Amino acid sequence: MYLKSAYEIRDKYLRKDMLPTIFCPGCGIGSVLQFTLRAIDDLGLNQDEIVWVSGIGCSSRVPGFVNFDGLHTTHGRALAFATGIKLTNPDLKIIAFMGDGDAAAIGGNHLIHAIRRNLDVTVILINNFTYGMTGGQVAPTALKGLKGTTAPYGQFENPFDIAQLAVSAGANYVARWTVFNYLQGMNSIKKALQKEGFTLVEFLSPCPISFGRRNRMKTAPELIRWYQKITVPLAKAKKMPQEELEGKIVIGEFADRDRPGLVREYQEYIKRAKKMMGWEE
Amino acid sequence: MRYPFPVGKADFIQGDEAIARAAILAGCRFYAGYPITPASEIFEAMALYMPLVDGVSIQMEDEIASIAAIIGASWAGAKAMTATSGPGFSLMQENLGYAVMTETPIVVVNMMRGGPSTGQPTFPAQGDIMQAIWGTHGDHMLIVLSPSTVQEAFDFTIRAFNLAEKYRTPVVLLGDAELAHMRERVYIPNPDEIEVVYRKLPKNEEEAKLPFGDPHGDGVPPMPIFGKGYRTYVTGLTHDEYGHPRTVEPEVQQKLIGRIYRKILDNKDDIISYEKFELDDAEVAIVSTGIVSRSAIRAVKILREKGIKAGLLKLNTIWPFDFDMIEELAEGVKKIFVPEMNMGQLYHLVKEGANGKAEVELISKIGGEVHTPMEIVERVVG
Repeated sequence: MYLKSAYEIRDKYLRKDMLPTIFCPGCGIGSVLQFTLRAIDDLGLNQDEIVWVSGIGCSSRVPGFVNFDGLHTTHGRALAFATGIKLTNPDLKIIAFMGDGDAAAIGGNHLIHAIRRNLDVTVILINNFTYGMTGGQVAPTALKGLKGTTAPYGQFENPFDIAQLAVSAGANYVARWTVFNYLQGMNSIKKALQKEGFTLVEFLSPCPISFGRRNRMKTAPELIRWYQKITVPLAKAKKMPQEELEGKIVIGEFADRDRPGLVREYQEYIKRAKKMMGWEE
Repeated sequence: MRYPFPVGKADFIQGDEAIARAAILAGCRFYAGYPITPASEIFEAMALYMPLVDGVSIQMEDEIASIAAIIGASWAGAKAMTATSGPGFSLMQENLGYAVMTETPIVVVNMMRGGPSTGQPTFPAQGDIMQAIWGTHGDHMLIVLSPSTVQEAFDFTIRAFNLAEKYRTPVVLLGDAELAHMRERVYIPNPDEIEVVYRKLPKNEEEAKLPFGDPHGDGVPPMPIFGKGYRTYVTGLTHDEYGHPRTVEPEVQQKLIGRIYRKILDNKDDIISYEKFELDDAEVAIVSTGIVSRSAIRAVKILREKGIKAGLLKLNTIWPFDFDMIEELAEGVKKIFVPEMNMGQLYHLVKEGANGKAEVELISKIGGEVHTPMEIVERVVG
């Protein structure tokens, strides 16, 4: 696979007047952003027909740095805003860039309902087990025992598996990778962007400053090595006994199906309404 | 264009139904909502009509999502509305502030019921006046309209859309349960009989680059809607005229919030609407809004029959508030009475406006019944 230089991607898609980004050294958001922009570039998608939406948090600042239409909304609500944009103008492709706290905690209800409706949107989800922007509180994805400023003695709650949640709620495409799996990640984003309905690509992404340093992993390489230790590819996981999977995170493609998206369903609904009212045959 | 209800003639319909029909005639093509008494019938009417006019009506997971969806729809170019009642309106407050900050034209209907909390779902109240004006956090400015009849519910809904589009701002239509469910004769005009305003769009690339600027000097920036190639970034953070977040410079916040205030306050004469009954020679004035105004009109007639020179000021716009006009009114009368269906909300605004020039007395009533004319008369007579 030929990769364009990062400078070329940067010059083509980033708003130079908004740089530098707010991201800390070692943060994985920039990598995932690059995967997303490369996927858009490879697919040759029209920049003017893509809207980026986000909520609140570090990853939610991404729409500000890319040169597209962008809606940086309230905490957790990005997918609800996206519903209005997409149904009003189905020609627009929507990318929701979200963090784990934003998407799964405060936005958890919007997430499952957007999936249930099969809203036509591609969610790029940065999972770093923490609330990075507010300084390292535990997120609902934090594995048991991980520390955060609001769980200084180690998280005692069970974590959410966002990818599995998305599969169960009915998403058309769901994949999870670490930022280290860049080729798989990029390919997954490409697949997701080409699909109708709800698609989600989750990335385990390093947050050394807010998360790592509270969990004895002060640098991005340490976090990446930890991800390599705790992640298990789907094919391998299928053969592993349940006890061995305890505390591990499965990565891979979890769903790839073609249920009709919300836009198509609504267009059919309009036809049905007009027919039932005798307006159209 | 074909409409799913009769136009150019009168009909006998509920307030909620009138609001739905007016929204469609005003050009609303996106409705998102969550069922709640007494606003559900607005949703039900929209659900019935919207697909027939190629619009969208969608039931969201909650009120937060409903207002979020209509803001998204507005940025994609649609005129959009949601409707709710007290508890739902409380949930919408954060995103109402987002709409103020991002200058998004939307219409939010709140058919008030008794509160706080779940309160009295099927009974009218006027307890959300302050919430409508000041509910969201931070310094903000929006427009609040208050209808008192089903015909006004219809007319003010059209006006709400027009004001929202003209000033690029959220507009709250504040009705109540009585109005929501009451049936009255309403004239539904032909589309060519009504004035419909559409938002200002950027005329060129240069204007589009200033989605939060003031290229026309009227405080209202043209709105570059999504998908037109302008690549607009919209954020609830304090932003400069280009839309870039600038959160640590006091002057950027001052300029932005200042303009959001100014675009409304400089156009008070266009926005504020009221009606005066028998006020020319009045010695006693009644100031009221919404459903209570109907009892107040009757009360004025009875008082006049009794030889008391009473008059009524009926406020159609609650916010922005014309404090000067109230002061002028107070200068000409001995006393002002404010009957309202709460423990005193409009009363505080009127009292501030009167500025000590006349005594102001609250006629409070809660519990879910509108003041009878005699209740007002008795308090005025003393």
